[in-house]
Amino acid sequence: MSHSAAVVEDKATHAPRSWNTLVRDWSSDQRAFKNVPWGKAMMWIFLLSDTFIFSCFLLSYMTVRMSTLDHWPNPSEVFALHIGGRDIPLILIAIMTFVLISSSGTMALAVKYGYQKDRHKTAILMILTAMLGATFVSMQAFEWTKLIREGVRPWGNPWGAPQFGSSFFMITGFHGTHVTIGVIFLIIIARKVWRGDFDIERKGFFTSRKGRYEIVETTGLYWHFVDLVWVFIFAFFYLW
Amino acid sequence: MAHVESQHAQGQQAHGQQHPLGIYLWIWGLLFVLSTFSYLVDYFHLHGLLRWSLILLFMILKAGLIVAVFMHMAWERLALIYAILVPPVLILVFVALMTLESDYTFLTRETFFGFGH
Repeated sequence: MSHSAAVVEDKATHAPRSWNTLVRDWSSDQRAFKNVPWGKAMMWIFLLSDTFIFSCFLLSYMTVRMSTLDHWPNPSEVFALHIGGRDIPLILIAIMTFVLISSSGTMALAVKYGYQKDRHKTAILMILTAMLGATFVSMQAFEWTKLIREGVRPWGNPWGAPQFGSSFFMITGFHGTHVTIGVIFLIIIARKVWRGDFDIERKGFFTSRKGRYEIVETTGLYWHFVDLVWVFIFAFFYLW
Repeated sequence: MAHVESQHAQGQQAHGQQHPLGIYLWIWGLLFVLSTFSYLVDYFHLHGLLRWSLILLFMILKAGLIVAVFMHMAWERLALIYAILVPPVLILVFVALMTLESDYTFLTRETFFGFGH
């Protein structure tokens, strides 16, 4: 009986996307987000709230940049590096972008192999992702050091509008913190994957719940979000 | 009924997001190409409306690919898609408000401090 009911329900869930399925999901009993484990739904909701936080940072940056009477420092020159006898504009930021995109790719593959329960490939790809993330943070530390040595402070800088420094440190600092937390999170989960926690359903140290490979996707969501935020920071802060 | 639903929910948790390797590699490559393009916008010193529209175009394409494929949003149900993707659209209202506000601040500053510069 339950089998036939499941089949009927399955037909309904695999129906083409329509307002009907949307309304049915949202008005249904117990679960609005079907097909989605609770951890993943909660991660999405957290990421939504994080979207608003980063939006507030970028919006305040927009506001100070639009309302200042001073010349806004040209990021293309500020973030140029002197390589091979000439200044290459924005090169460090470009490399950081490519590093983060690479890490997003390895993370996506880790999620894929996680669902195939290929724990060694998953763990290695997650560690690779973490290493690329750590590389990104190191390059950001280098960038901060360089700018601080050149006299950039939250209250002023040698090139123009003083708000440049506060926007820069707040936005990239908050993003860098996210990357750092992601790296730690990745290492913790990669260790569990490597050890086979999700194959033997070992109970978590913190939650006493059995872990599943879905945590790899949830971690992946966080990591892709960090990359996503960087896309916006790159466009609005560095390129604009 | 509740029993059936919970069983059903568990059954669906068993299979996650399974997609062919090719699509990830393809999107990965595309993200590299788009990032290169957006870097080239700066490298070739494009400016004005062309610069801004290209920056926004590449940004939206990259963001869309990451959310749709890497974060699997393209394969989720409408209930989740709408719950997550609709609220950020309201940020545009905030952008409009702050644009008005900063234009006003700029005007005021120009009026009172503008002569010194």
